[in-house]
Amino acid sequence: MAIDLTVIWAFIIAFGIFAYVVMDGFDLGIGILFPSFAVGQERDQAMNSIAPVWDGNETWLVLGGGGLFAAFPLAYAIILPATYPLIIAMLLGLVFRGVAFEFRWRDPDHRAFWDMAFAGGSLVAAMAQGMTLGAILQGIEVADRAYAGSWWDWLTPYTLLTGLGVVAGYALLGSTWLVWKTEGSTQGHAYKLAFRAMVATLVLLVAVSLYTPLLEESYWQRWFAMPNVLFAAQVPLLTAILTGFLIRALAKRQHAAPFLLSLGVFLLGTIGLGISMWPYVVPDSVTIWDAAAPHSSQVFMLVGVALTMPLILAYTGWAYWVFRGKVGSEGYH
Amino acid sequence: MFDQFDALFLARVQFAFTVSFHFIFPALSIGLASYLAVLEALWLKTGKQLYLDLFKYWLKIFAVAFAMGVVSGIVMSYQFGTNWAVFSDKAGPVIGPLLAYEVLTAFFLEAGFLGVMLFGLERVGRKLHFVATLMVAIGTFVSAFWILSVNSWMQTPAGYVLSPEGQYLPESWLAIIFTASFPYRLVHTVIAAYLTTAFVVGGVGAWHLLKDRTNAHARKMFSMAMWMAAIVAPIQIFAGDLHGLNTLEHQPAKVMAMEGHYQSHPDGAPFIVAGIPNSEEKRVDYAIEIPKASSLILKHDLNAPLAGLDTIPESDQPPVGPVFWAFRVMVGLGFAMMGLGVWSLFARWKKRLYDWPLLHKAAIVMGPSGFVAVIAGWMVTEVGRQPFTIYGLLRTAHSASPLDAPAVGASLLAFVIVYFAVFGTGTWYILRLMHSAPKIQELGVRRTEKGPVRTAGITPGLAQNQPHNPSDPTEKPVGEE
Repeated sequence: MAIDLTVIWAFIIAFGIFAYVVMDGFDLGIGILFPSFAVGQERDQAMNSIAPVWDGNETWLVLGGGGLFAAFPLAYAIILPATYPLIIAMLLGLVFRGVAFEFRWRDPDHRAFWDMAFAGGSLVAAMAQGMTLGAILQGIEVADRAYAGSWWDWLTPYTLLTGLGVVAGYALLGSTWLVWKTEGSTQGHAYKLAFRAMVATLVLLVAVSLYTPLLEESYWQRWFAMPNVLFAAQVPLLTAILTGFLIRALAKRQHAAPFLLSLGVFLLGTIGLGISMWPYVVPDSVTIWDAAAPHSSQVFMLVGVALTMPLILAYTGWAYWVFRGKVGSEGYH
Repeated sequence: MFDQFDALFLARVQFAFTVSFHFIFPALSIGLASYLAVLEALWLKTGKQLYLDLFKYWLKIFAVAFAMGVVSGIVMSYQFGTNWAVFSDKAGPVIGPLLAYEVLTAFFLEAGFLGVMLFGLERVGRKLHFVATLMVAIGTFVSAFWILSVNSWMQTPAGYVLSPEGQYLPESWLAIIFTASFPYRLVHTVIAAYLTTAFVVGGVGAWHLLKDRTNAHARKMFSMAMWMAAIVAPIQIFAGDLHGLNTLEHQPAKVMAMEGHYQSHPDGAPFIVAGIPNSEEKRVDYAIEIPKASSLILKHDLNAPLAGLDTIPESDQPPVGPVFWAFRVMVGLGFAMMGLGVWSLFARWKKRLYDWPLLHKAAIVMGPSGFVAVIAGWMVTEVGRQPFTIYGLLRTAHSASPLDAPAVGASLLAFVIVYFAVFGTGTWYILRLMHSAPKIQELGVRRTEKGPVRTAGITPGLAQNQPHNPSDPTEKPVGEE
């Protein structure tokens, strides 16, 4: 039978990670940008634009962790100890920002504190996620089915670069989301932020893209050797085209387009990652087939995904639909 | 500073700490989600404002507890990999898919409908909103189903084969999901969550009855909670007894530790009511015993022989002290809960349910008892299955990640500080919400200074009549702008 379940699972996990990055990406991005919004109406609007959906967005992170554990247990068992301090920092960051959604309303006297917790937690989580990505890309020392490096391996100039790249990218998603969901002074401010975040994202994206093939000979091969280059070259090309549209959309003050185009940039970034890593899950030491769960686990979960994912997408879409339109456009004109 | 502890010990403390803290919130939200569904159903059926008020009152508390449950739960989904990588590699093929099913069938369901449940009443209408509440309640139950299936597999593993690399490979998913201890653990834990919630609701009701015994809202919640105590606490004691018998069959060493039976008793074992387990000397000091009672409870025969820990190799024995004491705390609280339930029945019969301050004070004292009992129960079952992570197969000492003690110690310290600060504050906010009396035309989850989020809960036309709480500026009525 020609269908390789391991490959299917690699795509499912990649989809889960992409879904997480774009969904939680914009609400983490709003957290990162939060202090730049005026206290009062602007911050409340920003917060309320994500209050009904943040919990669902973060569930994709649990799916990413749980899915990796289930489909590629060896990768889960190697990557998490290797990036231990980053994972812990991310989790603690998410604790602070998650509770801030409720706590800032419950305690107006300390709202300034919880606003900072929301911003700081979001920033730490985003940075840690980006650095984790970098730590995986730069390679992890593995011996005897376990992480064999020291516990500072994750801290390098490259991982700092990828960390900043993800922070900037999330800021782009967050600001363009606010462009879509708000109006008035909040939206005006979001336009300004979106433009700056876009510039930062592009600069860092280019820097990471240039740095990565230099890390390992195999990355270079995957991107620049014939015939791969014919396919791979389309990714930066499309990214450039989308960026052109994004600049135009921001300049023309369109509402929904900037966010959707930013999603497109992220999709291309994910595809680029896939090109760099394929078919490894821990670059150059563990392939997806090495790390894959046994056939019966893959089949059992595939049934679950096939049955539930359409439903999940349907009711998640419905929840977004219920809260469509501008935040707070009713009630106080 | 962590030199004196090894990484394994610190990893165990970290897991125990993060999971104990985490479980407090689901213990409340599983029960509270169902309570909210009942309240909303009653509102839809009767049209009485009282039920909607109570729904909104508890919804605010649910929102805070749920947020804390979510963020502490995300931590748990990564604890396996960060601190227990070897276990994850070996057991991943079996328990990973179960956790993935929990995410797919429960977490998404809860999270997807939570936004509508909290903020969407006016946007989607009553019926769809009730569907959303039901989905959240069902999600909490489904979540319990899967996570307890994982835990039960680790306690009474079945349905696997061992691979050459030492991985546990699934052979029969039905056998893996429905292991011998699973039905008992599921029933016992879910009832525990319902009871925990009932006593919280009862305690809050009693608090407001003491302040104003005519408060209709407080009366209703107190009465509902006391029905739960009277009916469900005895059921829970029965379910717990069955769970104990199941444990005796599959994990006898755990029961020996619970009972403090260091030695075997060939003709009837005593039940030790209290005492100080002395593992050095293999005896319970200062024991107060009921002769042959343990054999009666566990074997339903006064003279049945019961084996003790002397039949278990030293290296396979769980620590006795924590299991012994946690078990007594849990059982003691279980009977205290039933006692309060019986007392409330008597008060109802005497028509003094809302008019008996001592009963109300007792209910306040018992308010947090569910949490204590639940944590004690988990201590019994988790410490009692030591020294194994997968019972009888994989030792805890062989499960941990290849990490240095300072890394685990530093992260443990960070978790302790952050959890106490953040969840301590959250608990304070919950207590403050509970302290404010439920009132007519209870407000929705939240509103901002600048008018409603899309989330306003009630009809603006009535806003001017409602009692306003000046200490809480987040609760400005809609029409004020």
